[in-house]
Amino acid sequence: MGMLDVNGTSVEVDEEGYLEDLSEWTEEIATAMAAAEDVDLSEEHWDIINFLREYYEEYQIAPAVRVLTKAVGKRLGKAKGNSKYLYSLFPYGPGKQACKYAGLPKPTGCV
Amino acid sequence: MATKKFMYVNRKAPYGTVYALEALEVVLIAAAFEQDISLAFIDDGVYQITKEQSTDGIGMKNFSATYKALGDYDINKIYVEKESLDDRGLTADDLMPLVWEDEDDDWAEKPSIKIVSREEMAAVLAAQDVHYSF
Repeated sequence: MGMLDVNGTSVEVDEEGYLEDLSEWTEEIATAMAAAEDVDLSEEHWDIINFLREYYEEYQIAPAVRVLTKAVGKRLGKAKGNSKYLYSLFPYGPGKQACKYAGLPKPTGCV
Repeated sequence: MATKKFMYVNRKAPYGTVYALEALEVVLIAAAFEQDISLAFIDDGVYQITKEQSTDGIGMKNFSATYKALGDYDINKIYVEKESLDDRGLTADDLMPLVWEDEDDDWAEKPSIKIVSREEMAAVLAAQDVHYSF
């Protein structure tokens, strides 16, 4: 359990940095989480983050990387629907890192 | 690695015990290993995939929406026993329309649920390599 400072207010995160209370999520929190890992969020990052949030809203789970890759390919085109592209945005792993910024729990099946 | 046929048999109501949720999580994890996965819903297990579930009165998470993600995980062989539906006064219309998208067919949505008789279910079960019973 730890705290993350976001513009003066602090939010609770678990030992791996995932948000404890998903309903607390804001874009500022995502930006702060990324900044802590020296990542500057671009529009391409937000596409993935927003997709993950919509997916969670609809299915109540964080998708596995394979599912994320396929869905991105469908929505944003084949050029982006591959793990090379996703890893270029999220080098620590698109599932783990992007889900964290999106305020989701760690993906099911991510051992 | 050779592909094996895995069958996950679901026989219990979705809430009240943790079997249904645990089975669903195991299935989603297993999907990562690209095996040939099927699900069977028998007895009270058929309630797991009924429409319009509400857990408001029991303080549990309603995880029924997650079954709709199975298609994304390439799990599209979902067998439901007709006798179990009949015994409970249920029909196919009471079940969530679980579908999968065929990438090779311009993402056409195809149904994942197959309603089978008890006899057909026995044959489906007999054709599997591995069974998990929940």
